Amino acid sequence: MSVYVNEKTKVIVQGITGHQGSFHTGEMIAYGTKVVAGISPTKAGTKFMDKVPIVASVRDSLVFEPDATMISVPAPFVKDAAFEAIDGGLKIIYILTEHVPFHDSLEIVLNAKRKGAVVFGPNGPGITSVGRCKIGIMPNKIFKKGNVAIASRSGTLTYEIVDAVTKSGRGESTVIGLGGDPVVGLNYIDVLEQFEKDPDTEQIVLVGEIGGSNEELAAQYIKKHVSKKVVAYITGRSAPPGKRMGHAGAIIEKGVGTAESKIKAFNEAGVKVADYPDDVPGLLE
Amino acid sequence: MNLYEYMGKQIFRSYGIPVPGGYVVENVSEVKPFEKPVVVKSQILLGGRGKSGGIKFAKSQQELTQGVNELLGSKIRDLKVTKVLIEDMIKIKKEMYVSIALDRTARAPVFIASTEGGVEIESVSHDKIFTRHIDPILGYSDFIGREAVTFMKLDPDIGKQFMQILPALYRIFNEEDCELVEINPLVITEEGKLIAADSKVIIDSDSLYRHKDFSVTDPEKTPLELEAQSKGYAFIELDGNIGVIANGAGLTMATLDALTLHKGKPRNFLDLGGTDNSDIVANAFDLVLKAKPTAILVNIFGGVTKCDTVANGIVMAKNKFSIKQPIVVRLSGVRDEEGRKILKDNGVDSYPTMMEAIERVVKVAGGN
Repeated sequence: MSVYVNEKTKVIVQGITGHQGSFHTGEMIAYGTKVVAGISPTKAGTKFMDKVPIVASVRDSLVFEPDATMISVPAPFVKDAAFEAIDGGLKIIYILTEHVPFHDSLEIVLNAKRKGAVVFGPNGPGITSVGRCKIGIMPNKIFKKGNVAIASRSGTLTYEIVDAVTKSGRGESTVIGLGGDPVVGLNYIDVLEQFEKDPDTEQIVLVGEIGGSNEELAAQYIKKHVSKKVVAYITGRSAPPGKRMGHAGAIIEKGVGTAESKIKAFNEAGVKVADYPDDVPGLLE
Repeated sequence: MNLYEYMGKQIFRSYGIPVPGGYVVENVSEVKPFEKPVVVKSQILLGGRGKSGGIKFAKSQQELTQGVNELLGSKIRDLKVTKVLIEDMIKIKKEMYVSIALDRTARAPVFIASTEGGVEIESVSHDKIFTRHIDPILGYSDFIGREAVTFMKLDPDIGKQFMQILPALYRIFNEEDCELVEINPLVITEEGKLIAADSKVIIDSDSLYRHKDFSVTDPEKTPLELEAQSKGYAFIELDGNIGVIANGAGLTMATLDALTLHKGKPRNFLDLGGTDNSDIVANAFDLVLKAKPTAILVNIFGGVTKCDTVANGIVMAKNKFSIKQPIVVRLSGVRDEEGRKILKDNGVDSYPTMMEAIERVVKVAGGN
């Protein structure tokens, strides 16, 4: 069992010929991900790394029976790429691209929902089912198979915490980057529901940050619906209000979205919150 | 990006939302001859301008010239007034409120309206506020407006005018990629007309590539932050003394948090992003040095950004800018050992963990 993706997941890459897209596709293949095709209208008919066929459209890739797509195209083209994937019937859509206008994200997320597809991102680092499948840009060598599931709104900070968990002698089941934008496809509740059901997962780490109220909602959900151990780390506690801390979603507005509020909500739900990323493994079993 | 009132009103006008007649001046010589009573409104991105003396009323040429002269060049809560909007005075019978904003948790626009306007909507009692999500795929349709009109118990004639404003407001929200479009107050005049007496429009900055017609310099950004923005760095000035360079917004925030918990005071937030270019690293030092820190902390977890690339950038910066301040580096992840060797060979301290680097930089930075 695993959540969202596994060793059988067939992945296509929209934007495989770009600098980032090609580097990370190579890393994904090295990790063991089944990359079945890449999409590029101008390079159709060629092969990526001499093995992955490149085709002109998502429609043309359907002969390879893909389940998932990784979208790594420039922001102005993301909506079209995501619609193409939804139209093609793909069920897992991971959008790496940052700076996607949120009006586009709204349309992508809602249309996907109507067609039964799941969107991750925009502006996320990927999803890894450890030892089975990696979609995205997370470094391959930080993972070790284990029972800790991790969900995060950040990129690099996620690696930091995965690395700390691995170095502590524990390992991970699934690591999910939800994306750092104000509008993303999934929130913590969606993934908590999956982690709770997943037999490979025994404990859960949520990596949150200032902005919005998803951490508070997750805390309420955990209280009622999650029996597994959950710990958290929240970043942005020293951030001044009104300043966007890099991620478009990480901003305290009118007192909403403060680290204090999130930490308090987690504590009330019995979720211990680490002061430093390195302290996360110590809170786990 | 926040738009000035006059820019928001230009948009309102072009979408058919009634606004008072008016024009903008940057110099008193541009003031047109007085014809009828006007309001002179300083164009600054702050709420509560009236209370801060940023709005003047003029019933004569002399009062108009005087008002413009007083406001232009003045400072309102630290913001310099460079433009004023001169607008026909309207006779207010009642002030209402209407807006459309993004509800990020619901992943949908939320439409808010109230018969109580002219004050902050947060201060209005909940039973007087109409709130409703709009399905982004279905979009706005008149049934939504009718629900609002019924809730607000508007007179039929006002309700009819209100129903004409709403689709325009929703079109603005969508077509101009708004985070917020707000009319507060939406005035009922003594003549029984609805008119937008103010505007607040916030455009999603990620959408600016398709809205090249808007250009507003964020008044809250410092000159150094503007310089950083033009060079493509996510950079925020803070009031401490330790310069910070890290990769990834989350890790950079975590670095500031950890410094603060260790009684260190960060001077800035600088996210290198996912780069693998030594020049970008070196130029980040240029920005941080301009903020005159007493020490610089570099915190890198290598992935896309490789540790040896960062190390080379640090050495380049150290030589190019003859950096005197202590530099403390944490390198972990892809090519960390190679990176730490490069640093060691060039006399720069480096550590494998974030905590060691933080403890070290707080110690060498002093100033606490």
